[in-house]
Amino acid sequence: MRGGGLWQLGQSIRRQLAQADKKSVARRYFASEADLKKTVLYDFHVTHGGKMVPFAGWSMPIQYKDSIMESTVNCRENGSLFDVSHMCGLSLKGKDCITFLEKLVMGDVAALAPGTGTLSVFTNEKGGAIDDTVITKVKDDHIYLVVNAGCRDKDLAHIEEHMKAFKAKGGDVLWHIHDERSLLALQGPLAAPVLQHLTKEDLSKIYFSDFRIIDINGASCFLTRTGYTGEDGFEISVPSEHAVDLAKAILEKSEGKVRLTGLGARDSLRLEAGLCLYGNDMEQHITPVEAGLTWAIGKRRRAEGGFLGAETILKQLEEGPKIRRAGFISSGPPARSHSEIQNDKGANIGEVTSGGFSPCLKKNIAMGYVKSGSHKAGTKVKILVRGKAYDGVVTKMPFVPTKYYKPS
Amino acid sequence: MASSRLLWASRAASYLRISVFHRGFSTVLKDLKYADSHEWVKIEGASATVGITDHAQDHLGDVVYIELPEVGAAVAQGSSFGAVESVKATSDIYSPISGKVVEVNEELNKSPGLVNSSPYEDGWIIKVEAKDANEVNNLMGADDYSKFCEEEDAKH
Repeated sequence: MRGGGLWQLGQSIRRQLAQADKKSVARRYFASEADLKKTVLYDFHVTHGGKMVPFAGWSMPIQYKDSIMESTVNCRENGSLFDVSHMCGLSLKGKDCITFLEKLVMGDVAALAPGTGTLSVFTNEKGGAIDDTVITKVKDDHIYLVVNAGCRDKDLAHIEEHMKAFKAKGGDVLWHIHDERSLLALQGPLAAPVLQHLTKEDLSKIYFSDFRIIDINGASCFLTRTGYTGEDGFEISVPSEHAVDLAKAILEKSEGKVRLTGLGARDSLRLEAGLCLYGNDMEQHITPVEAGLTWAIGKRRRAEGGFLGAETILKQLEEGPKIRRAGFISSGPPARSHSEIQNDKGANIGEVTSGGFSPCLKKNIAMGYVKSGSHKAGTKVKILVRGKAYDGVVTKMPFVPTKYYKPS
Repeated sequence: MASSRLLWASRAASYLRISVFHRGFSTVLKDLKYADSHEWVKIEGASATVGITDHAQDHLGDVVYIELPEVGAAVAQGSSFGAVESVKATSDIYSPISGKVVEVNEELNKSPGLVNSSPYEDGWIIKVEAKDANEVNNLMGADDYSKFCEEEDAKH
């Protein structure tokens, strides 16, 4: 029924509880459990009380000893360390790697200064989103990108297919999938001061979206000042044999204030920050314009097109999209994905794609798609939960102000 | 006596926020009956009080909303009568007993977290006028339920 995502994952906890006595369900659950991939931090998670759940083919911690509520708040007050090694890091190299990548994404990769990055979207022929990704220009002939774990197979197949055709025409590009590396996300106000203990590089000179290859805790790491929480922070791609040591060092240097944080709080944090979860808030049939990511389409790309689905996307830019992603605050029970959204006259205007209780605001927050015109902040709506209509209001995102580290 | 000591322990534990992860050690009270969907029922004459178990609240995490039925609504054993919303999950609550709802715990509208802090007392959910007290024979006693939870946890 659902494409996946954390909502379902959280949902499954109790459902498993209720169904564990039904043997067929239990057996199916076990069969999949054995096939799950483990990150190099798996034992570390279990030792620290990580509650491991299946996610996108991996066994990942949904939470540790702290509750999701506590973890979410602590990330914004102190800091969080996440294992996101299930995500797929990829390098594209060769003198034509940018020309090649620009056919597949909408961002202006050529215009990125070396050592900087941006959020972008892989589009299909119809302008829909295949995946979202953070793209970094390491150098003019080296691009580093990270794609979603759940999209890995289809993304790699998509890239490979186009790469074959590109190379057949003489293009110079090759790829390397960074399965030898693990990915840690260190987020929150203590991220920079804690990480500074572990590197000689001056982190105050590295701003939001910047990228460096530097030595951290004795290992050569890919450091990107980015994240998925709305807080200042870093994603650190570390050679896998050094990942556990780095995680330990970070926790130790923070004197216990940076806490291991699971996918549950990660989902609350990104929702509070108004960030899309691919598979929920963005899918094959949703364009980046509808998703509110128009800002990530470079000016040159708008003028020139030249990426998959450009016709549809450029037309939408001109005429305006028919639906738009919007944020909501609502009363009653938290709205979850697939809750119907109605206008104040009771007519259907759209659907929630992610929603939950905000641990930081102590309110129900959600995002979803509504007809253009109904997306403006302040618009009153009704959100249906289990057949009952509850009052909601369109609210500007991010719900919680973001704290990215930018030059003043 | 034993049960009140356990309750105290459970409350102290949740106050100290150490209750979230004690697998296999969730509190189970002797005089209650339990459903395999993790609700408890306490029978006192014709009145049956219903809530979710310590084990259930432990797995659900912070409860943020409880959808309560109306007083007067009919409930049936094994059928859903409401929902518990935690930060991440929505879960139906199934009635362990059939009858008519005579009271709902309005306190939960203001403080849904009572289900976490006091699942067997302040966090009760509904009171039911039981139709057939013999229905409790379909439910588990404390020992069986403890074993049931341990087995479930062992699977994960």
